[in-house]
Amino acid sequence: MESAIIFKKLREKFSKAIKGSQDRFGQLEIQLKAETVAGAVAFLRDDPELSFDMLVDLVSIDYSEYPGWTGDRFGVVYLLKSLTRGHRAQLKTTVLEEKPEIPTLSGLYANANWLEREAFDQMGIRFTGHPNLKRILNHHEFVGHPLRKDYPITRRQPLSVSESLMDEMAVRLEEKGWE
Amino acid sequence: MGIDGLPFLTTRRDAVLAWGRKNSLWPMPFGTACCAIEFMGVAASVFDIARFGAELVRFSPRQADLLLVAGTITFKQGPILKQIYEQMCDPKWVVSMGACASSGGFYNNYCTVQGIDQIIPVDVYISGCPPRPEAILEAILKLQYKIENPQKTPAAQFMAKEPRFDF
Repeated sequence: MESAIIFKKLREKFSKAIKGSQDRFGQLEIQLKAETVAGAVAFLRDDPELSFDMLVDLVSIDYSEYPGWTGDRFGVVYLLKSLTRGHRAQLKTTVLEEKPEIPTLSGLYANANWLEREAFDQMGIRFTGHPNLKRILNHHEFVGHPLRKDYPITRRQPLSVSESLMDEMAVRLEEKGWE
Repeated sequence: MGIDGLPFLTTRRDAVLAWGRKNSLWPMPFGTACCAIEFMGVAASVFDIARFGAELVRFSPRQADLLLVAGTITFKQGPILKQIYEQMCDPKWVVSMGACASSGGFYNNYCTVQGIDQIIPVDVYISGCPPRPEAILEAILKLQYKIENPQKTPAAQFMAKEPRFDF
């Protein structure tokens, strides 16, 4: 589907939340407010003509040392694709440094669970409503968020005891019918 | 009269034990990166680690006496490596294979241990990224010399006098 039609359909529904859009290397990019992202993504996924049924990636950006940037410190980008219709779109939003919170997508896409955990681990963005928002790449004794620009790249934090991971295992066992 | 005609030989106990140990090293590869792939090449027929008696690769630390750390060790893996090392029976030796295991390599960042000698004592280091198979064979030979001549070679060492992180 044409980018213009996708944008038009989204604007009809979320006219107040959309801050702008542009063509980013041939791909539609929509900027919108953080609190409406979950609703907009749910609409894009569930609308039969749009049917964005795949969350390709979720990335976070630290704009604190970005030249010429005056907006909020953190950016969160959602890359969406429709497997049935073949079109793509990306949603972009920013969150404040003091309150880096954004509603979770883990109820809409299963892979958002781990992608959001990665963004939380590395950048410190908190996804409200996430079922298990804890570190995924760094160890559990790590303090700080290493991909933030103000984290010194060589500040190393040794781990004393491995994590048991039983909190995740218990959920899995329950899913598979073991207790 | 040749040696075959003798009913027995006299030797030192340490010497005969060292001879047995050096020619039957059982390596346990702690492979976390491309160095482990290179180790497969050493174990396979072209380079053939069996020529030096170290071909019996064990994947349980309880059955091995040579810990071959091949690859990048992150802080998240530190306690695991320490536990694997402590599960091995004495006498045991450690080879730090490649730049990452020896010094962190080019991972000078927040998550990588800058050399496994901050966690466990190391006998032989191998340079290279990854090392050539010949380098690994030379490390085996160096270790064999060390086992045979403990008084001429230094003991396995930590980076500092004390381990930097005590798990």
